Amino acid sequence: MRAMRWLGLATTVLMTVSLYLIFVEVPTEREMGIVQRILYVHAPAAWAAYVCFVLVAVGSVAHLWRGSEHGDRVALAAGEVGVLMCTLNLVTGPIWARPIWGVWWTWDPRLTMTVIMWAIYVGYVMLRAFGRDDDGVARYAAVVGITGVLAIPVIRVSVRMLQGMHPAVTTTREGGSGMADPTMRLTLYLSGIAMVLLAAWLVMLRVRLEALHRSAAVLRRDIEYGLE
Amino acid sequence: MRAALAIFRKDLRIEWRTRESLSTLVVLSVLLVVSLAMAHDPTPTEAARLAPGILWATVIFTGVLVVQRSFLVEREHDCLATLLGAPIDPAAIYVGKALGMLVLLVAMQVVVVPLVSIMLRVPVWGVLPELAVVLGLGDLGFAGLATLFAAMTARLRVREMLLPILLLPLLTPVLIAGVKATEAVLEGGLPAAGEALGVLVAFDVIFVVAGGLLFPFVVRD
Amino acid sequence: MKNLGYLFAAYTAVWLGIVLYVRHLGRRTTEIHEELRELRKKLERR
Repeated sequence: MRAMRWLGLATTVLMTVSLYLIFVEVPTEREMGIVQRILYVHAPAAWAAYVCFVLVAVGSVAHLWRGSEHGDRVALAAGEVGVLMCTLNLVTGPIWARPIWGVWWTWDPRLTMTVIMWAIYVGYVMLRAFGRDDDGVARYAAVVGITGVLAIPVIRVSVRMLQGMHPAVTTTREGGSGMADPTMRLTLYLSGIAMVLLAAWLVMLRVRLEALHRSAAVLRRDIEYGLE
Repeated sequence: MRAALAIFRKDLRIEWRTRESLSTLVVLSVLLVVSLAMAHDPTPTEAARLAPGILWATVIFTGVLVVQRSFLVEREHDCLATLLGAPIDPAAIYVGKALGMLVLLVAMQVVVVPLVSIMLRVPVWGVLPELAVVLGLGDLGFAGLATLFAAMTARLRVREMLLPILLLPLLTPVLIAGVKATEAVLEGGLPAAGEALGVLVAFDVIFVVAGGLLFPFVVRD
Repeated sequence: MKNLGYLFAAYTAVWLGIVLYVRHLGRRTTEIHEELRELRKKLERR
C-alpha cells in the first residue's frame, strides 16, 4: 500500500525532528528541570490514544450501519493501538510524577479519566481477542466501541467531582509554568502530530494483518468444504 | 409499548416464581456491605463518611455480577429467537428487559439501604425521598447500559468473565456521581446535589437512548 | 542533570512499547504469509 509507505516516511521524518527538538533545541523548564521533557511524549501519547478511540467508534459505526468490513478491521486495529498509546501515557505519567511531586500516582482528573478509558478499551480488545470465534462478535465489539466514545463527556465531568489526594498537583499538570515559551509549544505540537502519525501507521499495519487473517480464514473454509 | 410491558411482566413472573436473581442479589450485597464494613473497621464518624461509598460500590458490584441472568433465562430455552420472530419492535424487548433489571436493582436497594443505615449508623429516614431519587436515577442508567451489554455477552462463550470487565469502567460516572449525590443529600437535601444529579441524568439520557438504538444491532440475526 | 534516570526511563518505556508492538505485528504477518502460502498449495492440489 503506497499510502502506508508515505505515512511511514512522514512519521519517521517527523519523529526525528521532534526528538531533535526535545533533546537539543527546547529550553529546560525552570521549575521541573529536564524531567519535564517527558511531557513531550506523555501528552502526545494521550492525544494519539484519543484519536484511536474515535477511530474505533467511526469504524464501528461504519460496520453497524453499512456492514463495512473495512470499518470493522479499522476499529479492531485502532482499539489495539489506542490501548498501546494509553498504556504509554499511563506509564510515563508516574515516571514524571515521582521526581517532581514525590508520589507515583495522583488522582488528578486527567489521569483518572485516562485509567478509565484504558480499562474500557482493554475490555474492547479482550472482547475481540477472546470472542474471535463467536458469531457476530464484530457487531458486539462495535457496540462497545461506540458506547466507549459516548461515555467520554460523562466520565470527564464526573471525574472532576473527585477531590483527589493532591489537589495542588492538578494546576501544574501540563507543564503549566513553562508553556509560554514558543519553542516549547512548537515541540509539543510537533511531537503530538508525530505520535498521531505513528499511531495511524501502526493502525494501517494492523489492518493489513487483519485483512490477511480473514483471507486465510476464507481459504481454510474453502478447503474444508471443498471447492465446487 | 404494550409489548414491552408484556415482556416486563413475563420476566417479573418468572423471577417471582424462583426468586433466584433477587435472592442472589440480596445475599451478595449483604455480604459485600458486611465485608467492606469489617475491612474498614470505622469509628462512628468515619462510618458516616464511608457509607455512601460502600452503598454505591455494593450496588454496582453486585449489580454487574447478577445482571447476566436476565438474558440467561432466554438463552436456555432459545426464547430470544422466538421473541425476535414475533412482530415486535426489538426496542420493545430492550425496554421490557431494562424495566425488569430496574425493578431488580430497586428491590436490592430496599434491603441494602436500611442495612447500610443501621450498620454504619447513618440516619436516612429523614431524606428517604431524596435518596430514592438519587438511587432511582443511578438505577435507570445502570439498567439501560447493562441490558444492552448483557444481551451481547449472553451469546458469547466467555460471557461470565467479560460482562463485568466491560461494564465496570463505563459505570464509573454512576458510581462517582451516585456517591457525591448521596453525600450531598445526606447533608442538605436535593439542591446540594445539583452537579452530581446532572451527571446522573446525562448518563441516563445518553445510555438509555444509545441502548435503544444499538439493541437491534445486538440481537439481529 | 538530576533526575536524568527518570527521563531515560520514560523515553525507553515509550521506545520499547512501540518496538515490541511493531515486532509482534511483524512476526504475526510472517506467520500469516506462510500459512497463506500453504493454504494456497493445498487448494491447488485438489
